[in-house]
This record gives sequence, C-alpha cells and structure tokens, in this order.
Amino acid sequence: MSAVMQPEKRAEDAIVSIRGLTKTYANGFSALKGIDLEIRRGEIFALLGPNGAGKTTLISIVCGIVNASAGVVIADGFDNVREFRRARARIGLVPQELHTDAFETVWATCNFSRGLFGFKANPEHIEHVLKDLSLWDKRNDRIMTLSGGMKRRVLIAKALAHEPSILFLDEPTAGVDVELRHDMWNVVRRLRERGTTIILTTHYIEEAEEMADRVGVILKGKIILVEDKDVLMKKLGKRELALHLNAPLSAVPMALTDLNLELQDNGSVLVYRFDAGGEATGISRLLNRLGAESIQFHDLKTSETSLEEIFVNLVKERA
Amino acid sequence: MNWLAIAAIYKFEMSRWFRTIGQSVASPVISTSLYFVVFGAAIGARMGEIEGISYGAFIIPGLVMLSILNESIGNASFGIYFPKWSGTIFEILSAPVSWGELLLGYVGAATTKSMLLGILILVTARLFVPYQIAHPFWTVCFLLLTAASFSLFGFLIGIWADSWEKLQTVPLLVITPLTFLGGAFYSIDMLPSPWREITLFNPVVYLISGFRWSFYGVSYVPVGYSVAAIAAFLMSCVLIARWMILSGYRLKRH
Ligand SMILES: Nc1ncnc2c1ncn2[C@@H]1O[C@H](COP(=O)(O)OP(=O)(O)OP(=O)(O)O)[C@@H](O)[C@H]1O
Ligand SMILES: [Mg+2]
Repeated sequence: MSAVMQPEKRAEDAIVSIRGLTKTYANGFSALKGIDLEIRRGEIFALLGPNGAGKTTLISIVCGIVNASAGVVIADGFDNVREFRRARARIGLVPQELHTDAFETVWATCNFSRGLFGFKANPEHIEHVLKDLSLWDKRNDRIMTLSGGMKRRVLIAKALAHEPSILFLDEPTAGVDVELRHDMWNVVRRLRERGTTIILTTHYIEEAEEMADRVGVILKGKIILVEDKDVLMKKLGKRELALHLNAPLSAVPMALTDLNLELQDNGSVLVYRFDAGGEATGISRLLNRLGAESIQFHDLKTSETSLEEIFVNLVKERA
Repeated sequence: MNWLAIAAIYKFEMSRWFRTIGQSVASPVISTSLYFVVFGAAIGARMGEIEGISYGAFIIPGLVMLSILNESIGNASFGIYFPKWSGTIFEILSAPVSWGELLLGYVGAATTKSMLLGILILVTARLFVPYQIAHPFWTVCFLLLTAASFSLFGFLIGIWADSWEKLQTVPLLVITPLTFLGGAFYSIDMLPSPWREITLFNPVVYLISGFRWSFYGVSYVPVGYSVAAIAAFLMSCVLIARWMILSGYRLKRH
C-alpha cells in the first residue's frame, strides 16, 4: 500500500483539497462546520460517520449539487466553482439514493451521461464499463425493469461513463446483497489499480477495513479524525488475551491489580488488554506473575478490536 | 461551449417525446380539428367576415398560437420538473454545463416540438380552410419566437413548481384565460370600450395579432409592437432562468 510506504506525502499529491468548508441550510441547520480535508491521488478514502453527520452534504458540495456557505474545494487543481467545467469533468458521482431514469435503456443512459459531461461518444469505453459491472447483458433493458442492486450498478456505470479521475461513492453497498457487495469491492479495487481516486462513504465498517487506504471520521459536521487505516488500527486498536481459568476467581488478586486485568463469565475468564501497536505486550510478565500466584488456566485466546469497535468508541467519546 | 452536453439533453428530451409520439401529436391535432368543426364550420357559417377574412380563416392563426402556447409550456415545464421530482436532476447539476447550455438543451427541444406541432396544425387546418400566407418568413419568425419564449416560460414554471398541482394549475389559471382573451376567436375591435384597452396589457394579444398579420396582412396592433413584445418577454424569461439556475433556486437543496 503506497500510502503506508510513503507516509510523508506532500500537499501537491492531494487530488481533492477542501478548505474551511461550511454549510448552513436555509432552515438554519449547520450541517458542515469548517471541513478541512485532503484526498490523496490514487487512494481509496473511506468517510465514516453516523446518520446525519454530513457525509452526503460534503460530497454534494464537492460535486456541485449543493452550494457551500463558505470555503474552497479544489478538484484536480481546479476550483469547483470558478473553474466548474474543468473540475466537474474530472469527477464522477454515485449518489446515495437510486435516482435513475425509468424508460431509458442502460445503454442510452450511459451514453447520455458521457455526452452530458462533454465527452465524445465512445462505445468501446461504455461497453467496457458495462462488462466490468456485469451489466452487458442488460444493456438493452429499460432501467425500470432492473432490480435495486442492478440500478445501483447502472448509477456506477453512468458515473464512470466519462472516465473520471475522482469517483465519489455515497454508500455504494447500501441494500446490496453479500455477493454483489463483494463484486462491487472488486470493481472499486480495479478502478483504483487504473489510477482512479475513490472516496466512499459507508455504514459497513468492515467495508472500510477491507478496502480503504485511509479513513476519515465525520461527526456532527466536523472531521474528527483522518488517518491511514493501518496506523489507525494500530493506534486505537486494543488486543485482548483471554485466559480460561481452572478455578474461578471472585476478584482480581491484590498482587495483580497493577495490570490491566478484568474478570468475565463469573470469574472463570481473566481478560488482559494491551495496545495492539506496542512492542512490549507484557504477556510473559503476566504469565510469570500468574504462575507466582498459582493461578492456572486450561485455554487461552487472543483477539483484536475491529475498525467497527474503534469507530463506535470514537463516536461515543465525542458525542 | 459544451455542445455535446447540449446535444445529449436535446436528444434525451426529443426521444422522450418520440416515445409517446401518438399522444404528443394526436391530442392537439384532434382538438384543433374540433375547433374547426365547431367554430369554423358550425358557428363560422353564421358569422360575417372579420376585417375581410372568413371566420374560419380568421381563427387559424389564433388556434395555432393557442396550441403552441399550451404545448410549449406543458412540454418544457414537465421536462425540467420531472428530473427534479425523480431525483435524476443530480446528474445535470453535477455536470460541467453552464446555465445557457442547460437552456439551449431543454428549451431548444421544447421549441422544436412546438414548431413541429404548429406546422402539423397548419397542415391540418388546410384540410378545413384554404387559407393563404402573405408573409411566410414572418410566419416562421413568429412561430419560432413564440415557441421559444413560451418554452422558456414553461421551463421557469417547471423550476418554480414544487408539486404536480402547481405544475398543472399555472398553465390552466394563467395561460388559458390569457389565450382565450387574446383575440384568438374575435377581433379586439369587437370588445366594448374598457375591455378593449385592458386587453392591450395581455401579451398574447400581440402574439396573435402579429401572427395573424403574417397570414392576412391585417393586424390590430402594429407588427413592430408584436415583435418587440415577444422579444421583451423572451429576454425577461432568459434573465429569470439565468438567475434560477445560477442560484440553484428550487433545483438544489438549500
Ligand atoms: N435541505 C436540508 N435542509 C435542512 N437540513 C438538511 C437538509 N439536508 C440535510 N440536512 C441535514 O443535514 C445533516 C447532514 O445530512 P447528510 O445527508 O449530509 O448526512 P449523512 O452523513 O449523509 O447521513 P446518512 O448517513 O444518513 O446518509 C442532517 O442532519 C440532515 O438532517
Ligand atoms: Mg448520506
């Protein structure tokens, strides 16, 4: 993963650069409160946040669907308001809602999208995109005859029709079955291999864990964290060692209270928590001292916190 | 200029029309034919000539204008209202398209449809009444100007409307009275005094008068006024449309 190998990427590597972005809706609600964010060229960036955090608002402003109240967005070097033509031609958007035409065919709607973005017709490219998304057999079908998952693919195909270098996917896998979700992950990975920068939002944290190079967390209109996914997992992730004791304990022995221990399952399981990133885990010290206390166990298990738990904890902390 | 985008929108709008070509064309043609049967043949037979023209021939320009106004408004307002309603507008808003290009695509398509329809109605009318056209160049000019300006007006209504009711009622409440009171079926001279003057504030009077002049060389208001009135109306609509699109009025989430 290039993002990990070169942690000190310079600002000119940013393909999308957002500065001081705010949005106050007409009813006075402040949906974005000063967003600063840089998306690196070629990465998959996952934007996480609970319902109503402002993910869709942020994406909509970058794509020109919603006007910002203040702030600047630079896409591939172009201001998205003053140089909207050049900025927008580089951006593709798959919206959260399934907004598609009904009577048009898949083929027609994709060609429409390409023309709309100012690109000359290119049937080979559209064919390639449709095949990539397993939509080729459906090309002559009217969109209204397709299932929800297929419509989602049509929206992706439309967004890719003009070969954007930046692709926004607003919850691409919402309401999509497991198989289709894995298909979609593969599509996204292939796009990234070809150099497309991808910004996606999702409520499935495992999705971000699986795919993202970097993760950003937005909460109540503020970005509270941006981090390489691997670094984040190391920094905030906790690991656990669970020891299944031969004889249950009623309390953690006095001599061991300086260690990060907890009893579970009526005292039959002793849990030791330690930092996932640290070199010195303290496990051998723990085992030695358990031996000194004559505490015996018959089984042991280690586990790691998932990104999901990290995310839930973060949101809980800040809420 | 993003010509490819204009072409894409134009083609999209035209194919929408051709998909339902039967409905799109049949209903105005049938209703115009009915007007001829009722007003031209049945009533017209008992009416004298107006300004030296048979009643059947007299009402043709007005009828064509009536259809063009209705079709332009109906078509253009639906064309932009529907993507707003269905949500597909997001793609238009996110595209590298300027306000002028948006207008050219949507309003251009609606204008084309209305022009085609106007010509079709003129051909249908020929089956009932053997009319002559004195100034064909101006006939085309008036057709084009009217179709374009009222398509634009319809486009504005489509942006403004935030419910299907509003989309339907504005044409019904505003346009139908204006057209019926615009001298389609009578000469303004025939009105009693206060109404005759009040009528002059109705823009449709200028349209129909000018259009009728291009057929028969007679007009109630000077032709120059008619051209000026349509041009002024067109320009106002362009300016309002520009403001609406640039500010995102009822197009974007605010
Ligand atoms: N037009 C509007 N007027 C007023 N408030 C709005 C408007 N649109 C969105 N909001 C509010 O702005 C906040 C952010 O909405 P947004 O759609 O960006 O959230 P989100 O992070 O995408 O949520 P979700 O995960 O549910 O999609 C929400 O509280 C929402 O209620
Ligand atoms: Mg959202």
